[in-house]
Amino acid sequence: MYGNDIPEQPGHARLLDEVAAAERDLTGRGLGGDGTEGGADDYFGAVIAADGKIEPRDEMPEAYRKSLIRQIAQHAHSEIIGMQPEGNWISRAPSLKRKAILLAKVQDEAGHGLYLYAAAETLGVDRADLYEMLLDGRQKYSSIFNYPTLTWADVGAIGWLVDGAAIVNQVPLCRCSYGPYARAMIRVCKEESFHQRQGYEILHVLANGSPEQKAMAQDAIDRWWYPSLAMFGPPDTDSTHSAQSMAWKIKRFSNDELRQKFVDMTVQQAEVLGLSLPDPDLRLGEDGHWAYTQPDYDELFTVIKGDGPCNRQRIEHRRAAWEDGAWVREAATAYAKKREGATV
Amino acid sequence: MTTVDELLALGDDALIAAQRLAEWTTRAPELEEDVALANIALDLLGQARMLLSYAADLERAGLEGAGRDEDALAYLRGEREFRNAQLTELPRGDFADALVRMLFFAAYQRELYAELAAGPDERLAAIAGKASKEVAYHVDHAIMWTLRLGDGTDESHRRAQAAVDRLWPYTFELFEDRPHLREAWLAAVEPVLAEATLDRPEDGRFRPTGGRKGVHTEHMGYLLAEMQSLHRAHPGASW
Amino acid sequence: MSWPLWEVFVRPRRGLNHQHVGSLHAADAEQALRNARDLYTRREEGVSIWVVPATAISASSPEERDAFFAPAADKIYRHPTFYEVPEGAEHI
Ligand SMILES: [Fe+2]
Ligand SMILES: [Fe+2]
Repeated sequence: MYGNDIPEQPGHARLLDEVAAAERDLTGRGLGGDGTEGGADDYFGAVIAADGKIEPRDEMPEAYRKSLIRQIAQHAHSEIIGMQPEGNWISRAPSLKRKAILLAKVQDEAGHGLYLYAAAETLGVDRADLYEMLLDGRQKYSSIFNYPTLTWADVGAIGWLVDGAAIVNQVPLCRCSYGPYARAMIRVCKEESFHQRQGYEILHVLANGSPEQKAMAQDAIDRWWYPSLAMFGPPDTDSTHSAQSMAWKIKRFSNDELRQKFVDMTVQQAEVLGLSLPDPDLRLGEDGHWAYTQPDYDELFTVIKGDGPCNRQRIEHRRAAWEDGAWVREAATAYAKKREGATV
Repeated sequence: MTTVDELLALGDDALIAAQRLAEWTTRAPELEEDVALANIALDLLGQARMLLSYAADLERAGLEGAGRDEDALAYLRGEREFRNAQLTELPRGDFADALVRMLFFAAYQRELYAELAAGPDERLAAIAGKASKEVAYHVDHAIMWTLRLGDGTDESHRRAQAAVDRLWPYTFELFEDRPHLREAWLAAVEPVLAEATLDRPEDGRFRPTGGRKGVHTEHMGYLLAEMQSLHRAHPGASW
Repeated sequence: MSWPLWEVFVRPRRGLNHQHVGSLHAADAEQALRNARDLYTRREEGVSIWVVPATAISASSPEERDAFFAPAADKIYRHPTFYEVPEGAEHI
């Protein structure tokens, strides 16, 4: 594991414990039943009610399947597109150690995308079709990745805030009702554990470095804070998919609950860094939760609709990689066919 | 005993090869290959760090006071002080360039590290021993792709042959200090080209050289400008 | 065009069975094995890997209700019109 020479990050261990607990429940469940043996009429409903797992070839409502495909695919797209803003700094990382960590981190995100595409494929959809829907805009990815990485400190801010928000979102998904998605999330969350730490460490070093470095770190946090809050989606009052997703136990907490959890964790972490969050109205309420300023949801929708600073660039980059690689994929297929022909 | 310059040649080869290979991140033909290329770049970067750290320690031993570390060597030397072979610094090119370069370079590293692993310098032998396992896998990966590109489609064959022709002249420089390794290298590479239905180029008179003395291609300056820019903008800073 | 799907099984350590860990795409078995090594054993999670073409797997488990998989066999999900253009919610 990379670098442990950083202050303990409040809240971090607790989230990983939740991942481990989800995994224990998952493996424990396999031995007992889920209360639905004997072929109940509403097999799906019974499994969901018993908090069991739906597996790929179980019967399931079409809407459940569609909703899962959409969510898992968009999650996968986010992992893949999310490689670009950080990938932008691999060639310029300021030390060889940081270069290695960043390269390994961006590589992990490719792996996360692969696990998630694999989970989506268990629902009868093809990865190439999902790519196509990403490229032609029918499916989205997290809008956070449509902001540019202007300085090295952005790599730190992304690790800390963006991966941090992603973890808060993803930990409950380890208990999602769809088995392959839950298992993929457990794998992802375990790997994520180093992502947030490396980001936090980058900022910690900068915050304790030269005045220019400290200013760089503060500037990055100022720019990434509100987009990170927006990652949890629109407020519950405006969220169209939440209620059904919660009933199906795909989603376990509302957007606002998760956002609050993230803020509560992060305020304290910022204090440890000696850097400030760009919200003058942050204050601790009597209920133990931090009151905070909501992100600009109009801006969020502008970015979702395609008019963020980097939407076009991100998709063009992905399209170029896919199209430039066509002759390579064709070559491997042609070679495999020739070999098959030769051995038969 | 090993000299600082020899270690720099080894370390710079690995570092510059890693820098170029890492450019493929987010650009590979499939996600699985993105992961594979990043693995190989990480291996090379790890080798570079061990070799440059050794070079720095050796250099420091002959100096009064504080010397340089791996980062000072990577980020604060100028182009004329880099000792890598020119093969490693050539531009990214297409996927055939990347994989043919990997074949040529990894097959060279495999012979080289095998020799160093059995050599008298214990620290270098330990580094080479660890790296040997890594480059064996790089060779495997490069062979897998050379076969598929060479014996795939017409287009992939054309591109692979072009890459072989373009890069072949740069392989002579690899063996300037250890000419005896080229025979084993040829014995590894030639059958792969043949099986991939690729022509082994003639050994012509164009044999670019100079990397070991700090004479590089015009591409090198841009690679370093990019790699070193942030580090150099903050003299003395920690990261 | 894309490569076929392979299911990946990893033996986590000696003495244990191979376990299904996920899937990936590759043009042939050799490539699938290499990709599996890079993807599923990056953190030394295994000592042995099997790859099996996804199309070669037949399922018999009673809980898996094959009738309901029929739509997938017909590939209706491959048709773009099957999907809604998503609304605002973002869940990474
Ligand atoms: Fe991720
Ligand atoms: Fe991450």
